[in-house]
Amino acid sequence: MRADPTDYKLVSPGSLQGVLSLLSAEPKRWLPIAGGTDVMVLYSAGKLPNRNLVNLWNVPELRQLEVFPDRIRIGATCTYSSLRNHAIVSREFPLLATAASWTGGIANQNRGTLGGNIANASPAADSLPALLVYDAELTLVSLRGERRVPYREFHTGYKKTVLAPDELIRDISLPRRFSGYVTYTRKVGARNAQAISKVCLAALGRIANGVIQDVHLALGSVAPIPLRLTETEQLLIAKKIHSSLFGTVRRTLIQEIRPIDDIRSTARYRTAVAGNLVVEFLGKLTAESARS
Amino acid sequence: MASSNERHIVGTSVPRKEGRDKVTGAARYVDDMTLPGMLYGATVRSKIARGKIKKISFDPGVLWDDFVVVTAKDIPGKNCIALILDDQPCLAAETINHPEEPILLLAHADRHKLRKAVEAVTIEYESLPPVHSLEESEKQSTIIWGTDNVFKKFLVEKGEVDSVWSQAAHIVEGEYFTGAQEQLYIENNGVIASFDPQHGVTVWGSLQCPYYVHKALLALCGLPENKVRVVQMETGGAFGGKEEYPSMIAGHAALLAMKSGRPVKIVYDRMEDMVATTKRHPSRTRHRTAVSKDGKILGGEIEFVIDGGAYATLSSVVLSRGTIHAGGPYYWPSVRIRTKAVATNTPPHGAFRGFGAPQSLFAMERHMDRIAEVVGISPIEIRRRNFLKPGQTTTTQQTIHEKIDLDSLLSRALELSDYHAKKKRFAVENKTGTRKKGMGIATFLHGAGFTGSGERYLNSLVGVEAGADGVVRVLVSSAEFGQGTNTVLCQIAAEALDLPYENVMIAQPDTTVVPNSGPTVASRTAMIVGKLVQSAAVGIKRTLSNAGLLGDSYTPEQFRTACREFIAAHGALKSEVRYDAPPGVYWDDEKYRGEAYAAFAWAVYVAEVSVDLASYSVTVDDFVALQEVGKVLHPVLAEGQITGGVAQAIGFALYEKVIWQDGRMVNNQMTNYIMPTSADLPPIRVFFEQNGNIHGAHGAKGIGELPMDGPAPAIVNAVEDAIGVRFNSIPLLPEDLFEALQRESLEAVTSSSNSTRGTR
Repeated sequence: MRADPTDYKLVSPGSLQGVLSLLSAEPKRWLPIAGGTDVMVLYSAGKLPNRNLVNLWNVPELRQLEVFPDRIRIGATCTYSSLRNHAIVSREFPLLATAASWTGGIANQNRGTLGGNIANASPAADSLPALLVYDAELTLVSLRGERRVPYREFHTGYKKTVLAPDELIRDISLPRRFSGYVTYTRKVGARNAQAISKVCLAALGRIANGVIQDVHLALGSVAPIPLRLTETEQLLIAKKIHSSLFGTVRRTLIQEIRPIDDIRSTARYRTAVAGNLVVEFLGKLTAESARS
Repeated sequence: MASSNERHIVGTSVPRKEGRDKVTGAARYVDDMTLPGMLYGATVRSKIARGKIKKISFDPGVLWDDFVVVTAKDIPGKNCIALILDDQPCLAAETINHPEEPILLLAHADRHKLRKAVEAVTIEYESLPPVHSLEESEKQSTIIWGTDNVFKKFLVEKGEVDSVWSQAAHIVEGEYFTGAQEQLYIENNGVIASFDPQHGVTVWGSLQCPYYVHKALLALCGLPENKVRVVQMETGGAFGGKEEYPSMIAGHAALLAMKSGRPVKIVYDRMEDMVATTKRHPSRTRHRTAVSKDGKILGGEIEFVIDGGAYATLSSVVLSRGTIHAGGPYYWPSVRIRTKAVATNTPPHGAFRGFGAPQSLFAMERHMDRIAEVVGISPIEIRRRNFLKPGQTTTTQQTIHEKIDLDSLLSRALELSDYHAKKKRFAVENKTGTRKKGMGIATFLHGAGFTGSGERYLNSLVGVEAGADGVVRVLVSSAEFGQGTNTVLCQIAAEALDLPYENVMIAQPDTTVVPNSGPTVASRTAMIVGKLVQSAAVGIKRTLSNAGLLGDSYTPEQFRTACREFIAAHGALKSEVRYDAPPGVYWDDEKYRGEAYAAFAWAVYVAEVSVDLASYSVTVDDFVALQEVGKVLHPVLAEGQITGGVAQAIGFALYEKVIWQDGRMVNNQMTNYIMPTSADLPPIRVFFEQNGNIHGAHGAKGIGELPMDGPAPAIVNAVEDAIGVRFNSIPLLPEDLFEALQRESLEAVTSSSNSTRGTR
């Protein structure tokens, strides 16, 4: 461990009110920590700049996962394990349950939280494309009050979000309206487990009479933020799926994404794989729609 | 191994000697140990690849009085890591030759204070132009080592190569590359050193070769032999990565302990371990082979070059093994093998399981597939037509006396892997879909023990002693680091003495207790040390029987009584045996000719892969590892060695890429240096043939390194079989595959697969 523990301070108010009061009093001073699966990695490497941490792990208001007739509301500190093991999540939001199963190992999944994954705002985060395609909505709270933000408007740039320094993500709502959809998700990482994605696609769609009625596509690791592919979606709506369409799909997708060369992969590779995954999804959409 | 007794210990899977302690957490690793007054040490390392140290300054914001500071000036003996050429300094004094080169040492009672202190030391340099690749080093436009950047050269010549080219129906050329690889033992490098004037220096550490560390400390500390003691603690993996580097970290801790008078612990974290310590030598091999119309090798030229990094360390020995294995298990009527190890400004590359052989064998086995293609016969047939047979000679003109039948070994491997049926099936299935499947083979050999005259120079000594309680202790410096040394040597001694396995123990390697049985390397422990243990154990029995205390057959109780009576009369019961080179073994170090190894293990590996054209990734779906290893002493451990070696070699082939920037590894974390997980590995199906070996204990040969040699070429051969694209460089990552497909045939492949997809 490269950090000096005496340089750091951790407080644990134990209630949402307590945490928000602290954030309100000294907005830029405190870094919220829940499961710590991102924060502690930086700490251990001696690279955690924030010296003052406020604990969210024991805040009960953030732990709940509630099911309503029209939506589910996931408390920000619900862990990947709790998502994986939740019957409604597994049945109705398989893209999210699958993404939760990809993240780290079991120990990480027992500690890592969905809210933390969102706030950490890595473009390579496994669960974020799934939240994008499910049209997630976030509730942000502070002592000033609460506001609702569509998740697709949350990220504004690399590691930049609309979250104010005195705000916390309280919960994530997912509408329960995707039961008839064909879903597809694939993470292409450097290995089959314990990997950071090079490209990750979450997709869902619905076909009637051979024509695409609705389609949602979101990619991770191909832009500074997790990206919903609105142009490509628009292109596909009301189309019949045929291989002659794939060239246009790839070209449109290339216009939308902004992949880079980094230590994990190359922009060229990411671009090609992103196109391949969308094509693979369209294949599945055709095949499963024909079957049903 | 005729035993008058029903008991057979050798060949059975007895419990590991240290297994219970490891499972229950009772095993003591160096980081579990604390000594009174102990300090923690850290290393200030160079930030540049090559240059001169101009000035060292200390940030006044740190309370330096609380720190012990050691520089090269504090070294009492010679500033080098004594090994072969003694060219590597323990601490850089004036000249820097690679990034992360140790310059200065710090120690403090609070380990958390060290990181900031390391960063508070500023070193000013005058940079010199560095050399960062094997090719650049060969050009010699910048000389960074000696007069020509060359650590070592070998030339092997057999027959008249120059005359074969005119007779050849085909001349096949190829160039092959392998990358660096990190050993990734679970436990990072670590030691504790203590010093007092009366006892001298004691080092406890995670290491493979107690007497290498002992030798290095004698030179560094300027102490007599009896004032240096090295103790091996339980060691969490090594794979060669703890062959030479422990001498460095032990030296550092010893210098801090000598200066402070207090014990000092240095344990690297993963980032430091990966960035600063040794890795597998990157290599380049060129083949030019003359082949007859029917696919017989007539002769060839092989050029093998390895990148040794900044200092000579073990490169000459790695080169030697790579040189001798370069011709594979084939008969070469004539051959010229030119090899060299060159210098670059990167941390020295070092020992890693296989030790040069995986590099040159990757080239040989890829090249065999290439030859097959040119001749127009199958990869199977080309090998059958060229296999070494008993009575023929290797490239170093060693006559094969073993009864090895590679033809049958290959046939059995093909059967076990269902090779032909799968080939047929894949040919049909690959016409559609985006997952293309292929089969690949590699046939190879691995010499056990030190090369040529090496074992004679080592002159290993082992001891076996018995106590008055009838408990026998094996005394060797051979270290357990997960591979099973403790268990196998105890099995051998127990079998030799007709005693239950439980009655034989092994001493903790401690240079004040155990003799120098040589380093724990080169797949030599079971074969060479095992044989010496067997003889020493027999010596105990003979001593007791000569004293009239023991008959031909006896119970453990009778043995105990005999020991008690002998010790009462003579004080101690100990038998020592020194290595005696087998007669008639001839090796010429100058011409690199003769009996390179006392025995070879032989193997045929078969890989089944699929290539996913959506992600350009290769998955190994099935793996058959068939090998002839003389005698399997412990089936579970032997299978574990093969399985682990194959897994590690799959990493070498498809996953593990060291990313270099100005001579420094920049992906020195396990998130970015990708080793395969269990979710990436195929079923690894291990099979043995056991022909015996007169030189090894109970007929054993070495097996530890063998499984590292074959998987990479088998896998890359299978990839070519799957998609028809030739790759000659590893690691083969999805990005490489993508770029190659872009170049070759991306359009054809995707359009056909997409249309099938659309109409399914």
